[in-house]
Amino acid sequence: MRHLLSTRELARDEAIALLDIAEDMAAVQHREVKKLPTLRGKTVVNLFFEDSTRTRISFEAAAKRLSADVINFSAKGSSVSKGESLKDTAQTLQAMGADGVVIRHPSSGAPYTLATSGWIDAGVVNAGDGTHEHPTQALLDAFTMRSRLHGAASRGRGLDGVRVVIVGDILHSRVARSNVWLLATLGAEVTLVAPPTLVPVDTGGWPASVVFDLDEALASGPDVVMMLRIQAERMHGAFFPNSREYARTWGLDDARFSQLPTATMVMHPGPMNRGLEISALAADSAQSTVREQVANGVSVRMAALYLLLSSERGEA
Amino acid sequence: MGESFVITGATLPTGERADIRLDGGIIAEVGSIADAAGATVIDADGLIALPGLVDLHTHLREPGYEQSETVLTGTQAAAAGGFTAVFAMANTSPVADTAGVVEQEASLGLSAGYATVQPIGAVTVGLKGELLAELGAMARSRANVRVFSDDGFCVFDPLLMRRALEYVKAFDGVIAQHSQEPRLTQGAQMNEGALSGELGLAGWPAVAEESIIARDVLLAEHVGSRLHVCHVSTAGSVEVIRWAKARGIDVTAEVTPHHLLLTEDLVSSYDPRYKVNPPLRRAEDVEALRTALADGTIDIVATDHAPHPVEAKQSEWDAAANGMVGLESALSVVHASVVETGLLDWADVARVLSSAPARIGRLRGQGEAIEVGAAPELTLYDPAAASEFGLDRLAGRSVNSPYLGRLLPGRVVATFHSGYATLLDGIVQPADEVARLATASTGGARG
Repeated sequence: MRHLLSTRELARDEAIALLDIAEDMAAVQHREVKKLPTLRGKTVVNLFFEDSTRTRISFEAAAKRLSADVINFSAKGSSVSKGESLKDTAQTLQAMGADGVVIRHPSSGAPYTLATSGWIDAGVVNAGDGTHEHPTQALLDAFTMRSRLHGAASRGRGLDGVRVVIVGDILHSRVARSNVWLLATLGAEVTLVAPPTLVPVDTGGWPASVVFDLDEALASGPDVVMMLRIQAERMHGAFFPNSREYARTWGLDDARFSQLPTATMVMHPGPMNRGLEISALAADSAQSTVREQVANGVSVRMAALYLLLSSERGEA
Repeated sequence: MGESFVITGATLPTGERADIRLDGGIIAEVGSIADAAGATVIDADGLIALPGLVDLHTHLREPGYEQSETVLTGTQAAAAGGFTAVFAMANTSPVADTAGVVEQEASLGLSAGYATVQPIGAVTVGLKGELLAELGAMARSRANVRVFSDDGFCVFDPLLMRRALEYVKAFDGVIAQHSQEPRLTQGAQMNEGALSGELGLAGWPAVAEESIIARDVLLAEHVGSRLHVCHVSTAGSVEVIRWAKARGIDVTAEVTPHHLLLTEDLVSSYDPRYKVNPPLRRAEDVEALRTALADGTIDIVATDHAPHPVEAKQSEWDAAANGMVGLESALSVVHASVVETGLLDWADVARVLSSAPARIGRLRGQGEAIEVGAAPELTLYDPAAASEFGLDRLAGRSVNSPYLGRLLPGRVVATFHSGYATLLDGIVQPADEVARLATASTGGARG
């Protein structure tokens, strides 16, 4: 694997192979010494043009547990905030000998541009670009579902027939997009639930169904309910009247949570708005996978960095 | 006067073969010319002779953005593309909203000598959409402005648009509207549809164009004014304009070469060469635009030549500038999109790229049929040569062409402006020579 830019482009066997390597990486996390020598001498740059402490430290932990050297390059306090272009930043990293670049950028497609421009030879991992994709989040979500469903027998499996409901701001969510493509590739059935204003105008090409009524979507007793973070500021764009109406209509409150089958997983990519899109009861329940998602994030990112940086470079 | 030319064996837009003599500041002879003594003879066997092309929508960038283009380099690009006249858009710095700025542009064009530079005046002061610019002063200036546009921005305030439409009636002016509802296109990055949702790029919905055109044609009808719609890009806009014309409303419309050939699929590469405003649309829109050009719903092709420096396009998509250079490639793209597909013949091309834009812009001495006594503005085009469009075809200062590396038919071989050559054998003629010929020709005309 040369780059990891989207889940749209991942084939089923590639995705399963990555999740299986993540299983191995997870096993290492239970040892006393959590560090592997695999990427010793390699340099991984975390190039973050947006604030995201969670994702950055997850990638940082992943790289360090593979013994890579890690440089954190954040837009704040760097030349980027003085107007340096993506091209110049990339060429600077190239000159410093970066082997891998983990990029978070507010513009959709920026990781793709970085990977295809010829400005830099490093392998590129998309850590979230605009409203486009966030592939490692979807991979860790799939990993979490697979672990809960199959435990130690997860290796080699997809998510065939698993019914997943994703609720919230689909329009602006890179997590939703990456999940839709990956979950469909792995065989899951995806239903998106949102106010009509927060769904793209044409999702005809998406391997997912769209409904506007959360209760209807939950009534079928899905295997997974994934709540997305809602930004209260969206009401200023007239996407919904106010946060109370949103919470009443599209929030996983106590009443909705209590009607779910006890086997239904409740997921959230974090950070959560408790009381808005998810109630405290749901977030803290045994059905909630929120903390597992964080732990699994490190394993999945270790697997991604391993695949990009340990193999011979230059292959397709 | 300068030298004379005898062009032999050219194919006229009508399909007839003829020799053409340019002499004494006019087209002196059309037909069979036996004696070419004293003239430079150009063998035009197999070449199509078109009246010099006229672009109603060019961004020359001077004054203010000379790193992208100047009047000189922009008109060199025009000559390379077979254009003998360009209408220069008003979004310069300072904005062309006073008589002084438009006169400066026109005079820069005259001294460069590659093409007639007809300035377009801003509709509102500073393109801000708040106060009317000095439309009358620009119309009465030596630049003789008849087309007014805030292009780049929509004249969104309906009252201001109404007043502008009314006001320019006094001097037979026209408002050329950039139809873009600003609220519906905040942060817009590409055509809104299935692909924008997948790529995660903010959508530019067709309705944002169509609703403004609908409003403007109704305003034009109400006040009995003339409206020109810039760069129509959607099938729905075509329907609105078709309805307006059927109703007798005095509206004209333009389509760009790129909207006749390219579709939004190209945006999947996130390559900012394909970023343009209005954005590339769906294949259905391209089809509708071609049909509309063929049936006359859309009157003309205009390039929206929009040069940008390299750094403005070497970036992530959101940060990149909108626009493509288009003068040098326009005729080949029209050839590929509507001539090779059988929708237009060369007489139609002469209409949509020369006579109709000159008429809409009220520009004299341009867009005249190739007949004895007409202005000596001429383009020779070789329709046979198909080649990969490369940097060697670009003659302006910027290289942000979406066609680089693409196979396109045809090639402009020669361009004659005011009776002298600005392009010969596909080579832009030297600036000092063209400037000298320009001075000689205007001197002669005044004498």
